[in-house]
Amino acid sequence: MATSTSSKLNKAVKQQYMDLPQGDKVQAMYIWIDGSGEGLRCKTRTLDTEPKTIEDLPEWNFDGSSTYQSEGSNSDMFLIPAAMFRDPFRKDPNKLVLCEVLKYNRKPAETNLRQTCKQIMSMVENNHPWFGMEQEYTLLGTDGHPFGWPSNGFPGPQGPYYCGVGADKAYGRDIVEAHYRACLYAGVDICGTNAEVMPAQWEFQVGPCEGINMGDHLWVARFILHRLCEDFGVVVSFDPKPITGNWNGAGCHTNFSTKEMREDGGLKIIEESIERLAKRHQYHIRAYDPKGGLDNARRLTGRHETSNIDEFSAGVANRGASIRIPRAVGQDKRGYFEDRRPSANCNPYIVTEALVRTCLLKEEGEEPTDHRKLTA
Amino acid sequence: MPAMSLSSRLNKAVRQQYLNLPQGEKSQITYIWIDGTGEGLRNKTRTLDFEPKSLDEIPEWNFDGSSTYQSEGSNSDMYLIPVRMFRDPFTLDPNKLVLCEVLKYNRLPAETNHRASCMKVMEEIKEHCMWFGMEQEFTLLGIDGHPFSWPTNGFPRPQGPYYCGVGADSAYGRDIVECHYKACLFAGINIYGTNAEVMPSQWEFQVGPCEGIEMGDHLWVARFLLHRVCEDFGIIATLDPKPVQGNWNGAGCHTNVSTKQMREEGGLQYIEQAIDKLSKRHPQHIQMYDPSGGKDNMRRLTGLHETASIHEFSAGVANRGASIRIPRQVGQEKKGYFEDRRPAANCDPYAVTKIIASTCLLYSEDKEESM
Repeated sequence: MATSTSSKLNKAVKQQYMDLPQGDKVQAMYIWIDGSGEGLRCKTRTLDTEPKTIEDLPEWNFDGSSTYQSEGSNSDMFLIPAAMFRDPFRKDPNKLVLCEVLKYNRKPAETNLRQTCKQIMSMVENNHPWFGMEQEYTLLGTDGHPFGWPSNGFPGPQGPYYCGVGADKAYGRDIVEAHYRACLYAGVDICGTNAEVMPAQWEFQVGPCEGINMGDHLWVARFILHRLCEDFGVVVSFDPKPITGNWNGAGCHTNFSTKEMREDGGLKIIEESIERLAKRHQYHIRAYDPKGGLDNARRLTGRHETSNIDEFSAGVANRGASIRIPRAVGQDKRGYFEDRRPSANCNPYIVTEALVRTCLLKEEGEEPTDHRKLTA
Repeated sequence: MPAMSLSSRLNKAVRQQYLNLPQGEKSQITYIWIDGTGEGLRNKTRTLDFEPKSLDEIPEWNFDGSSTYQSEGSNSDMYLIPVRMFRDPFTLDPNKLVLCEVLKYNRLPAETNHRASCMKVMEEIKEHCMWFGMEQEFTLLGIDGHPFSWPTNGFPRPQGPYYCGVGADSAYGRDIVECHYKACLFAGINIYGTNAEVMPSQWEFQVGPCEGIEMGDHLWVARFLLHRVCEDFGIIATLDPKPVQGNWNGAGCHTNVSTKQMREEGGLQYIEQAIDKLSKRHPQHIQMYDPSGGKDNMRRLTGLHETASIHEFSAGVANRGASIRIPRQVGQEKKGYFEDRRPAANCDPYAVTKIIASTCLLYSEDKEESM
């Protein structure tokens, strides 16, 4: 069976319990990124009243030795609430709370890339950097094989699946529909969905989000997807190349613009930014997956609508380039550009931060600049 | 499905039609008690002609103790004394769940009624306002006895991704936890939170902070709700402290403790004093921390898997391998609470809170004989 045993528990029984009134009490589910830099963890606490803003939510802590984040002898780590959303699983007044993780000494945990991102974003507030990220993902059964694929086999070659309809083309649409609605309910800025080139592969887009919100909204959208798939009994993978061979990988194309780029004549700024990006390819590749480029090496081959990981390229309407300038932008001479390099399992905080550093802060060289010394 | 009971496949829509029937002025009162094993819960229900507004409106009752490992057939009647009332999340308002103490025929507490003696200690130490929070770990099993959702005749991937995990490959049986949480909130149980645990199919809920005798009351009823919710879904919750041998975590009931003094400025010194006293009575505590005098915990407290060894007492800040852990925040703020990590998942919370209160607040070395 491709779907989990848990998913076969009786949902009518579950609904009876979930309909029980809870008085004034509120369940707040705290969510954080674990030591792998890709995995999400969560636990819940009861509050006596409904929190109206993030400030109403208390700090918490957890056992970091069970999440690849600390040793057993010194395992407490702090959870600092960062962004609050409505809970589409338990519904109002309950909340999902995305958190930053701090170590025992209150310094950011290794995989807490939000803190630095927030600092960088605060330096460029007046430029109003907007992002839109296209999250691709693959649905798998609990046996690890793509959902809907014949067991021990493969479907027909790619061609009919992208934006397809029909039981022989679209595998698992229920998940996409449910996820879309759940994100809208939660308050995540989801702007669209489509079926992707590989069967059982899908995409949703989050944005436009300004600054730090991009990372926050994308991580919560990912959590909602994992949690939803758990209910359906299937698994979602953000691996950038889940099937080797003539099958597409999964990326997280990142669209980017600043106030200047969006205004008349903005194309000039876009082109300048692309020149800067061309000179910093290695720095960006390192930032664009959680293993410093090793994951993307399996995906960015130069085939299957990717650019080659070793070379930087850019072009209008070119899906084989590292950076694509949409045709409409080329015509209007303003707008945004698309960085096609980030992998599906990238950390959106460091991706957005890298774009801001190179394009707005005009950094150069292989290492990010430490701005704390300058602003101290 | 092989893992779930036949009962759970009875048609719930049919059930709902009947449960929706109005019941006039009558209310259904379900009496709950602990049986002769010290771990098992029993229950039976009676009708009252009105909705009870407080405990004293609920009459004493009795039951056949020879069928619950509690008495001989020749002299089997035992008394049920209501001690705390909750709303019923299964048959809803105006019906109630009533936790009871069990008395023998001679009105002395039954062998596994640890509440009576716990109450006495809590009365004695009342001025200290001792608060408890207990972290109840449990494992979900199919009715075949194998952990729920594990591959038949096999094992899942090793521990690592499951603690607080999300996703069908990490979280097994979340529906139970979600429903139990709602049931507790409805009933009026002081449920603090929940999380997925280190072993797959293992979960935890926390009850507290509760003062004195309330801790045992709320935890026992929370356990009843857990078993009852699992019964509806057709699977089983076990509180066995080491359900699977090998490189798989056990299940405990870490007990967080504080007194008024510990919670105030400079409280850390009182915490350290308490820990010092606890260090002198390790074997006595181990005896009370599971229902078989320490034998159950022997399988769990190995020194591995975030436990301390059963043979040694240890304490440390943020140290999950110690008997007592002082949370980091407490170490920094110099006040708060401490965590006793020794109690097993199937402990009796009355026995645990009673001995902690006695040792920390009533014990001195010359008094040892009388304790």
